[in-house]
Order: sequence, then C-alpha cells, then structure tokens
Amino acid sequence: MPADMKKYEYLNHTADAKFLAYGKTLEEAFENAALAMFNVMINTNTISPIKSVNIELSAQDLDTLLFDWLSEFLFLMDAENLIFGEFKVHKIKQEEGQFQLNATVYGEKIDHSKHMFDTEVKAATYNDIQVKQLADMWVIQATVDI
Amino acid sequence: MSENNSISVQLNKINDNTWEVPQGYRPGMRVPGRLFLSFPLLEMLEQGTLDQVANVATLPGIQKYSMAMPDAHLGYGFPIGGVAAFDREEGVISPGGVGFDINCGVRLIRSNLLESDVRPYIKDILEKLFHAIPSGVGSKSRLRVNDDQLDDIFINGSNWAVENGYGIPEDIEKCESQGMMEGALVKQVSTKARQRGRPQLGTLGSGNHFLEIQYVAEVYDRKAADAFGLYEGQVTCMIHCGSRGAGHQICTDHLRNLTQAAQKYNIYLPDKQLACAPTDSSEAQNYFGAMVCAANYAWVNRQIIMHWARGVFQDFFKQDIDELGMNLVYDVAHNVAKLEEHRIENKKKEIYVHRKGATRAFPPMHPDIPQAYRKVGQPVLIPGSMGTASYVLHGTYDSMDISFGSACHGAGRVMSRAHAKHEFRGEQIQRELSEKGISVRATQPALIAEEAPEVYKSSSDVVDVVHNLGIARKVARLMPIGVVKG
Repeated sequence: MPADMKKYEYLNHTADAKFLAYGKTLEEAFENAALAMFNVMINTNTISPIKSVNIELSAQDLDTLLFDWLSEFLFLMDAENLIFGEFKVHKIKQEEGQFQLNATVYGEKIDHSKHMFDTEVKAATYNDIQVKQLADMWVIQATVDI
Repeated sequence: MSENNSISVQLNKINDNTWEVPQGYRPGMRVPGRLFLSFPLLEMLEQGTLDQVANVATLPGIQKYSMAMPDAHLGYGFPIGGVAAFDREEGVISPGGVGFDINCGVRLIRSNLLESDVRPYIKDILEKLFHAIPSGVGSKSRLRVNDDQLDDIFINGSNWAVENGYGIPEDIEKCESQGMMEGALVKQVSTKARQRGRPQLGTLGSGNHFLEIQYVAEVYDRKAADAFGLYEGQVTCMIHCGSRGAGHQICTDHLRNLTQAAQKYNIYLPDKQLACAPTDSSEAQNYFGAMVCAANYAWVNRQIIMHWARGVFQDFFKQDIDELGMNLVYDVAHNVAKLEEHRIENKKKEIYVHRKGATRAFPPMHPDIPQAYRKVGQPVLIPGSMGTASYVLHGTYDSMDISFGSACHGAGRVMSRAHAKHEFRGEQIQRELSEKGISVRATQPALIAEEAPEVYKSSSDVVDVVHNLGIARKVARLMPIGVVKG
C-alpha cells in the first residue's frame, strides 16, 4: 500500500453513512474503520487522547468482529460519554474457530464546549458488510445507521 | 434521468400510484414487490431501494407483496418506508425489518391556544422547551431510573409513566397499543442496553428527531378533525423520537444472534442485515420480547417529553393543562413489528407485520383504535421535514386490503447527509426558515444543515399519494412556528 494512500473514503448513501477503510494489515483496516465511523460524527482531530480503554472482543467471523468493534464505541459513547480519535489494534487472531481482537483506544469524555457534532451514529449494521484481503492490503466496507 | 427511466421499465404499472416489482426481478423472490409511488416520486427512486424491496421478497413466509410506501428510500437491509408481513407459522421475524430505533414514532398534542397567542413569544417558548427537554448528541436526562424501574418501564410502558406522575390516564387511551405492547421479555435485554437506556429516558436524541410547535393551517375533513379535536388556527405540538440507546443496543444484540440463527435454520440472506429466524424459534421470540421492551421504553420517553412540554406551556401561559386543553390527539409508532389479524384471500390470518418507516393506519370500527375515533378511523400522523408541513390523516378500510393497514411515515430523504453538510450551512438555513416565520433551536448549527428542508421529498407529494391511493385520507395540514431540533 503506498504511503499516501487514503485511510478511508465515504461512499454515497442517501440516509446513512457507508465507507471503505483500508490497511496494510487487518489490524490497520480495523483501526481505520473506527476512524471513519467517528469522523461521520465529529472531526476526530478535536478529540484529545487523554483517556485509554482496552477492548477485547471475540466473534465467530470477521464480519461480526467488525460489527462488534464498531458497536462497542457506540455503547461507550452512550454509557460512559466517551469518544475516541486514536485506535491501536494490537492483534486479531483466529483461535478455535473464533476471531479475537485486542485493542487500546484513546479519547476523552464529550465536552460540548469543544466537541462539535455533525450527527450521531445510532448503530453499526451488517448491510453490505465486507472484510476482505486483496494482494497487498485489507479492505473493509461498512454502513452505519444515522 | 436515463437511470431513473430505467426504473419504470423494470416495473409493471398497476395504477397511477402502484408499481409492481415482478417476481422475476431477482432470483428467489417468493412474492412480487409493490411500490406505492406517483410517477414523479418513482423517478426519484434509487435502484438500490428497488433492490432492497426485492431482497425482502425472498424471505420465508412473506405474504402478498414486499411493499414500499411513497416516502421510501435506501435503507440498510430493508428499505426505509418498507412494509412486509410474515405468516405466523411459516414466516420469520427480522430485526432489520424494524430498524435500530425501535418504536421511533410521533405524537401530536392539541391545545386551546391560537397561533396569534403563541407566535409573538415563540423564541422564549422554544428556549424554555430547549432547556426543559435534553436534545442533541450525548444528551442526558435529568431523570435517572434504576434497574427495577427499567423493568417496570419495559413491561408496562406508558402505564409506568402515568402512575409516576408523567401524564394523565387519558394519555394512555389515545396512544397506539395504549402505550404498552404485551409480551415484554426483560431477561432478553442486555446489561449494555440497560446502561444505555438508564440516562436517556426523557431525551429527544438527534438526527431527524424534533419537538415542533405548529398551527393547523388547513382542515380537509371537518368530521374527522372534530373527532380529533382539531380546528384551523389552533396551536399543536408534535414530538418525534424513539427508544434511544436502549433500542439501538437491543437491536444490535439480537441482530448479531439472528445472523447466526439464519445460518442454523438454513435461511438464505441476500444481505446479512436481513437476518431473521422462524417466528416460533427461541431466537426470533427472544428478539420479539426484547423489541417489545424497547417499544414500551419509547412510549415512556415520548410521554415524559410531552409532560415536560406541558409544564413549559403551563408556566409560560399561567394556565393549567385543562385550561390549555393540551390533550394527546394520538401517538403512532413507525418502526415496529406486530402480530396482527388480517384478511388474506378471504381468510382471517395472524401475521407479523413489520413496519420500518411506515405508520399503522387502521380503519373505522377497528377494535384497536380509541373509542373516540371509532367512527372516523385511526389518526395517522405524518411529520414533515424541518420547516415544512406535517399532516394528520385518518385510516381507511382500503388500507387493510392494499397495505396491511399501513401508510407512509414522513417525507423521505433524497439527499445524503454528507452532501447536505457540503451544500448547506446551518446558520443560513436557520435564517431562511426565520424569514418564513419558523424559529429553530438546536445545540449546534451543523445539526440543522443535515436536516435542511431541501434534503427531503416534499411531504405534500408523499401525502397526496397516500390520500389518492386511499390507504389514509387527509384530515388537516399543520405548519411549523418553532422547532427544537434534536
């Protein structure tokens, strides 16, 4: 993957937000998918990485792992008031038929005096969901409900 | 244009407002599709929406047609504006046919105030409403409920609200399903859904949700308007919101389960978001019981918001709600699945009707509508987009034959949010609306841009199709004076 390659790009969708996220590795593609989802809501440059949260997930297939990964952030946003702008996926491994993800994500509590939201993502979806490996990169396609 | 012209040639025209998607449109369709659109609205339809209508037609046990209302647009899995009914024994239940915002819906409150009583003070009133009712991204309620109270809310819906002082018994009578669906399974609501639901009861949320102060601009049907307590010049208040994070998480949790159940039961899914399971399977019933919890939560949410809005009017006009006549006209759900009895091929049959962005529209004399409305039919509430007309209609006998007793739910989007954000600036929209006599109050201007009136089809065009098709008939048109934007 060339160094100047986009991390993610948005596709056209009338009501919701659909995007492609790229990575040299599966882990990087997952990081960029999270970044793409947050940037639907808010410019992530305005989120300071002052709080870190460890995330561990397990799912029977990669589509569901991605669905769980994106859903986890929406849960943390509602339940803990936390939003994130930096994502480090340490490892995604396959063990006993399960895909396991281990990550640390960085962000802070919502502060309405500095965090300007464009919209709110309600949920991740399985609509046209894809996690696929090409010759030299991974590509993720996802649609989130607004 | 050429792309859109190619839409109509793929369809069979049934009449001016009905187009059939032939069963051969895509492999595996068990029934044809039906689009309820005028030709101009059909020309605005995206190919993707047509594909989604066809995909739904492949699901087991689907009855008659996979339907799209005149406000239909591209969704995820099912189209928005989709209606699909499945046989109680041989069909399926699908969370994707309801959506993440379970029991997103609309309620309309009447008043004895006239437009001239309110318009001079609208900015003050909006400001007070804005502070009384939390809205926007990340908003939290001033109410905090504990787990036992949440269970009570999930099971008893609006009854909990009224018993706890958020409203009067008459509110319950005037609500679809009396503000409470039976069959709640609280054990099927995850800890995560509870955590999201606890701080958000009594919040509008964001997106297209709103609280609007309106006036009755025109009455089309005096008899029905009388029954609903509406007359020209009168001020009304409309609330549009749903089950917030609790509903989103309940759908997320069960959707995940059902993608696996679909594999287990060998159900072919053209799109994973159509995940479903046989109606009597534990997976489907567990989802349904959790969905009921979210639906009941949403009715409590709208009930509490109405209670706080009444409080603002009471304080402002120094009159109590009886003097103000702030009675609930009706409350409709537009994202929900229900077990209903319908007549199919002259036989009474129980079916799971999924309405995703569609409103129930039951006819006169139906036992499930309030006694006061039995002679005219169920009130059908169709919100406009921000700054445009909303409509009140009444249900008809024809809707039972044509659309499983359903009508549209709103205006229907035509422009993406990203495009809207690029095209419009919140401050400019706010100014333009203000010139038309409509005040808007939102947490942030950018939130106004994504809901600019231009990003929607005209609510009048959509409602005209519903009216001409006869699946609901126009009663009154409501025009906004002020909007608290979620």
